[in-house]
Amino acid sequence: MATKKNKSSIRPLRLGSEWPYAPAPESAAIARINEQYELFIDGKWQKPAEGTYFDSINPATEKKLYRASLATEKDVDKAVAAARKASDKYWKKMSPAERGKYIFRIARLMQEQARELSVMETLDGGKPIRESRDFDIPMACNHFFYYAGWADKLEYAFTNRTPKPIGVAAQITPWNFPLLMAAWKIAPALATGNTVVLKPAETTSLTTLKLASIIQEADLPPGVVNIITGAGITGAALVRHPGINKIAFTGSTAVGKLIQQETAASNKKLTLELGGKAANIIFSDAPIDQAVEGVVNGIFFNQGHVCCAGSRLYVQESIAPLFIQKLKDRMATLLVGDPMDKNTDIGAINSAEQLEKINYYIRLGKKEGSLHYESAASLPKKGYFCQPTLFTKVAQSSRLAQEEIFGPVLAILTFRTEDEVIEKANNTPYGLSAGVWTDKGSRIFNMSKRLKAGVIWANSYNLFDPTSPFGGYKESGYGREGGLHGLLPYVSF
Amino acid sequence: MKKSTNRISVLKTYKLYIGGQFPRTESGRSFAALDAKGNKIANLCLASRKDSREAIVAARAALGGWSQRAASNRGQILYRIAEMLEARKDQFIAELQLQGLSRSAALLETNGAIDRWIYYAGWCDKFQALFSTVNPVASSHYNFSVCEPMGVVAIFAPASPLLGLVSVLAPCLAGGNTAVVLADETKSLCSISLAEVLNSSDVPGGVVNILTGSKTELLPWIAEHRDVNALAYTQRDHTTLSSLKTKATGNLKRVIHWPFTDWSVNKAQSPHLIMDLQEIKTTWHPIQQIAGSGASY
Repeated sequence: MATKKNKSSIRPLRLGSEWPYAPAPESAAIARINEQYELFIDGKWQKPAEGTYFDSINPATEKKLYRASLATEKDVDKAVAAARKASDKYWKKMSPAERGKYIFRIARLMQEQARELSVMETLDGGKPIRESRDFDIPMACNHFFYYAGWADKLEYAFTNRTPKPIGVAAQITPWNFPLLMAAWKIAPALATGNTVVLKPAETTSLTTLKLASIIQEADLPPGVVNIITGAGITGAALVRHPGINKIAFTGSTAVGKLIQQETAASNKKLTLELGGKAANIIFSDAPIDQAVEGVVNGIFFNQGHVCCAGSRLYVQESIAPLFIQKLKDRMATLLVGDPMDKNTDIGAINSAEQLEKINYYIRLGKKEGSLHYESAASLPKKGYFCQPTLFTKVAQSSRLAQEEIFGPVLAILTFRTEDEVIEKANNTPYGLSAGVWTDKGSRIFNMSKRLKAGVIWANSYNLFDPTSPFGGYKESGYGREGGLHGLLPYVSF
Repeated sequence: MKKSTNRISVLKTYKLYIGGQFPRTESGRSFAALDAKGNKIANLCLASRKDSREAIVAARAALGGWSQRAASNRGQILYRIAEMLEARKDQFIAELQLQGLSRSAALLETNGAIDRWIYYAGWCDKFQALFSTVNPVASSHYNFSVCEPMGVVAIFAPASPLLGLVSVLAPCLAGGNTAVVLADETKSLCSISLAEVLNSSDVPGGVVNILTGSKTELLPWIAEHRDVNALAYTQRDHTTLSSLKTKATGNLKRVIHWPFTDWSVNKAQSPHLIMDLQEIKTTWHPIQQIAGSGASY
C-alpha cells in the first residue's frame, strides 16, 4: 500500500455527475407557515411592543419565508413577569407527577406533528430533510419524553439532597439545531419545576414558534413557557434582566464569555455550551472504511454547523496517504444541494454571513500554506452553498487547526505516537468532544481518559441521546445537558 | 534580659510552600503576622505575582501524577495527612491560641481538621460510584459518564485558619485536583504549618502549593492566569466574587462559591463539594450486533 502514493486502488465513485439520482423532493406544502409570527408570552400570541418585525429567509433559495417579531426590553419584561407569575401561581405548586404529564403531552404532540416540524426545520435552516426527519425532530421529541419522566423522581437524582426549582430560566438557543436545542433547554427546565423564557436564534425561529403552538395545544398553564424571537439586543436584554434566576446559553465562546462578564455581579446561575474544535483521531489499526464514514459524518453532518464537529482530523502517519485518498473518494459521492431533496447529504449554509465566514477561513487556509481540496459537486446557483472541503499539510499552529470554522471544512494533521497525538489533540482552548478510531480496546480507554473533552466517541462520531450528558471542558463551556447530569443546572438545594 | 542559664529559643521562619519546597518569596518582602492584641508574632512572606506563577506551574506539573494515581492510594495519602496532623496537634493548638483562639476553640478547630481529612480520605474511592452513570442510549452503544478532576484549582482560603482551609483543600485533593492556596491574610500561621504536615505525608510535591500574601495584590493575577482551571472562593464578599467571575472569563474558569461561615457544621463536608470540582466526561463505545442478538441465552 505504501508504494501507491495518493492513488486509490478503487475506482472513485462519482454518483453526483455520472450516476445522477432522480430528485426525491419532500413537499414544502406540508409546512403551514404563517406570514407573520407574534411573540408567545403568557400563553398568548402578543405583538412586539415596538411593532418591529424582521424577515427570515430560506437559505437554500434566499426567498423570504416569514416575518418574526423583534422582541425588545418591554417584551422581555413582559415575558419574565409572565414566567414569574406562572412559577408562583402554577408550576412550583403543581404536583411533580402532573408537571411530568404536561411534558409527556408535549413530546406526544411533537411526535404527531413530526413531519411538519421536519419540513419547517429544513426550509428555515437549510439542513437536509433527511437529517431533520431522522435526527433533529425525533431526538427533540425524545428529550421531552425522557425529562418528563424525571419530574416526579428528582429526589432520587441527588444523593442526600432535596432539589428545588431555581425559578425563571432564560434560555438562548443557536441556529444549528433550532428545535433540538429548544428541547434540550426547555425539557429539563420544566421537569425540575422552573418556568422558561426562551429566545431562538435570529435566523431560525420557525420550529421554536411551532413548538410554542404545540405547548399552547398541550394546554400548559400560561406563562410556563414564553418564546420571544429577536436578535442580539433581545438576548442581551434577557440575560441582563434582574427577574431571571438562571441562564442557559448555547452559542459561540465569545458571546458566552460576554454573558459570564455581564452576569458576574448577579446570583444568576449560568451554564454555557459553547464552541469546539474537536480532534478526530485515526490510528493505523482502525477499521479504515468505517473510520472514513465517521470522519465524513463528523465534519459534514449538518454542513459542519456542529459545535462538536470533528474538524481536526489526526491520522497516524503510516496510513495517511491511503486514508486521505479514501476520504477524497468518499467526498466525491456527497450530494450537495436542495435540502428538501431526500437524497441530499449536504444542504445550505445557514446564512450569507456564515458562508462568508467559512469562505474567509478557506482563503486563510490557502494563504497559510495548507493544501486545499474540495469535492467536485456542482452547487445550486441560488442559495448559500459550500463545497465539502479539506486541507492537508495543516500546521498545529495554523488558525485552521485552532479556530472554530463551523462549516464543512476539515483540517488534516498527522501524528506518529500516542503521546504526540494526545498532546496535539489537547492543545486547544476548547474541550467539547473528540473521536478515537482504533481496533484496540485498551487504547480506546487510555485515549478516552487522557483527552480533555466532555464527550468521547470511540469508533463512532456525532452520536446523541437524551440519556447521555453533553457538554464541554475548558472554553467549550460548563454544565451538562442530557441525562441525569443535565438536571443539575436547573436545581438549587 | 533573662538569665544567661536560660536557653535562647529558636524562632521559626515562615516561608512559602511551592512544588514540595519551602522557598522564601522571590520578592524578598514580608508582612507581620499579628496576635489577637495586634502584637507581631512572626514575619510572613509577602508572596509576589511571580511566586503565584511558580505555584501554578508546580500545580500543573503535579496534576498528571496526582489525578492518575489510584483512588485508594489518594485515600491513603489523605489519611496519612490526618495522622501527621494528629501527631502535631499541640503545635497547631498553640499557633491557633497565639492567633487569638481560646484553648477550647483551638482544640475544636484542630480536631475538626483532623477528622475532616479522615472523612475525605474515605470518599476518594467512593464518590465516583455515586456520581458516575451508565446511560441507556437507544443505539447499540455502551455509554457511560465519569467524573474527572477539573485540574488546577486556585483556593482563596477561608478565615477559619485550619478547619476552613482543610475543608476546602480536602475535597479538592480527594477528587484528584491540584491546588494553589492563597492563605487568609489575617491568620496565615497555620497555613504554612499545614504545609509542613503535607510535606511529611506522602503528598507529592506540587499537589498543594501555599502562598501567604496580599489578597488585593495576588487575587487578580491568579484569577486571570490561563493555566488555572477553577477558582474556589469561600467568603461572602460579593464584590470580590463578582470580580473573580469577571476575571475568570478569559479561559472560562469554573468559579465555585462555598460561603460557609461555620466550617464545623456537618453540611460543610459532603461528596457534593468534591463534585463541585469535577467535570463529567461521557464516552460512547459501539456494541457489536451480530451473533446472538435477540437470543435469550
